[in-house]
Amino acid sequence: MQPLTDTEAYELTARANAIRQTIIEMLLAAGSGHTAGPLGMADIFTALYFYVLKHDPQNPDWEDRDRLILSNGHIVPVRYAAMAHAGYFPVEECLTLRKFGSRLQGHPERLRLPGLETTSGPLGSGLSQAAGMAYALGMSAREGQTSSGGLTFPRVYCAMSDGEHDAGNIWEAAMWAGANHLSNLTGIIDRNNIQIDGYTESIMPLEPLRDKYEAFGWHVLEVDGHNIPQFIAACDEAKAIYEKPTVIIAHTIPGKGIREIERDYRWHGKPPSKEEAQVFLNELRTMQGKVASEHQ
Amino acid sequence: MINPDLHLKENIFDNPDQAATAAVAKAMASTRDGFGKGLIEAAVADARVVALCADLTESTRVEGFKKRFPERYIEVGVAEQNLAALASGFAAAGKIPFITSYAAFNPGRNNEQIRTTISLNRMPVKICGMHAGVSVGPDGATHQALEDMALMRIQPHMTVISPCDAEEARKATLAAAQWDGPVYLRFGREKTPLMTTAETPFEIGKAQMFLSAENPQAVIFATGPLLHNALLSAKQMGDEGMGVIVVNVATIKPLDRDTIVAAAREAEAVVTVEEHQIAGGLGGAIAELLAQEYPVPIEFIGVRDQFGQSGEPKELIEHYGMGVSHIKDALRKVVGRKSAQV
Repeated sequence: MQPLTDTEAYELTARANAIRQTIIEMLLAAGSGHTAGPLGMADIFTALYFYVLKHDPQNPDWEDRDRLILSNGHIVPVRYAAMAHAGYFPVEECLTLRKFGSRLQGHPERLRLPGLETTSGPLGSGLSQAAGMAYALGMSAREGQTSSGGLTFPRVYCAMSDGEHDAGNIWEAAMWAGANHLSNLTGIIDRNNIQIDGYTESIMPLEPLRDKYEAFGWHVLEVDGHNIPQFIAACDEAKAIYEKPTVIIAHTIPGKGIREIERDYRWHGKPPSKEEAQVFLNELRTMQGKVASEHQ
Repeated sequence: MINPDLHLKENIFDNPDQAATAAVAKAMASTRDGFGKGLIEAAVADARVVALCADLTESTRVEGFKKRFPERYIEVGVAEQNLAALASGFAAAGKIPFITSYAAFNPGRNNEQIRTTISLNRMPVKICGMHAGVSVGPDGATHQALEDMALMRIQPHMTVISPCDAEEARKATLAAAQWDGPVYLRFGREKTPLMTTAETPFEIGKAQMFLSAENPQAVIFATGPLLHNALLSAKQMGDEGMGVIVVNVATIKPLDRDTIVAAAREAEAVVTVEEHQIAGGLGGAIAELLAQEYPVPIEFIGVRDQFGQSGEPKELIEHYGMGVSHIKDALRKVVGRKSAQV
């Protein structure tokens, strides 16, 4: 794949900013939910939905689509916002988040909204499902059951949090995926170093995370999770790795884009107030003051 | 009278414990054996069928499938949480996965993975729990699943089947493969008497009246291989002058409301029989139904809020009050309660 042009990179960055604004608006409307995680993953979800994934918003069940599993379901506002901006449903519907009767449940439910692939919230089980899909899609391709005919079968992406790596189920899945050489599986870890009760390394140290995945038979890449071209290049590299699944450890800043939230674990599970949301939206619209200063 | 429409075994009342019927004992088979046959038949019938096992291929009877369809067998290792969530992924990608381990672990250990990734997603995963009940025997309480039906019955979207013999287990496995949704299938380790034949009909959600009686005084609703003890009890009570109906409730969920309520209405007194905790199992399910639809006295045969222990299957069944004499006592008691009410 060609490297991103400057124009493409700029457009994706602008798109991520718009998605962050939608996240703030939907959390304000919901009155509950998680703020830091969705903001921190906005660049990666933008890159996925607007560049990396083979998908069709008009046909969410397209057989040959790439699959994106969101394992840490609590950051689903970023997925809803990215899906809405990509055309899966009207952006206005984002304001129904967490409301009675909404398709946008507090944690994602597959049967309520097309395109979600699975239900998640309870942590640690997404990688198993992604690995099962990756294996089964490979089986079906070999059996010649897919419309594409050849052995180019869909890729499966699994977005995970770092904190959920405390769960044993993830390591069961990591062992199994490595043992089965699932080269069409790419894991993405949101390495933002926070979880509900504090910093990951004080709750339950995960490091050396890279070494752990390598020991389980994975190809490991580390990127700046806010550098969209770098993340896309890592996704491309994963496609070139045979016989191994790849995990991209994406170093992110929780709450990225809003100074008051960045790196503060207290923003893990609360929404902004009306006043805060106004400040945050202004910050995003002016790109933390940069845009305004350019015009002064 | 034995229901002629069901084409049951002619020697259905033979007692394998008696020397005279040693031939019957030789002809016995375990429900897990029936599952092994059914799984291969299901795989022949439908290319989407795959099997995943948590390091127990021989004892869960997946071995035959693995030999016949090596490319459709997936080894998971001793990781039951992964087993369930992987299967959800296989199902999402178009497969019909059967996942097998002991019921104590599957659905015991992986209950949340089943809830979130299979039931809530309505994935057509077939959860197969082996070695259910105290009749696992010497392995002891850790391996004697007595709460698995309760765990599965309370999950929305889930269907729960507990076959009475190897033949019904074979048919239930085939039926589960074609059932559009998640299914829990419960199987036992021990060889138990065959009551049904290849000609006996099987349909998910249908209870079957195995034994009818003129002027019945009680009805037994039984599930799993203990159905045989229920039949022996009914026969002996019939010889003593008490007419007893026996209904095989293979599908615990959805319950066959019409058949169960009709039988309760006919007999006006109920005994439930299961190798499981009474709470949450067949007894609980029948009581919930009849409390609303047709309240009658009910006695429960099953495990009463206890764990099992090591021992021989037969002695454990007796120790935990699930033998023929216990069922007969329950019949007398429930009929007595009915008379007292009048």
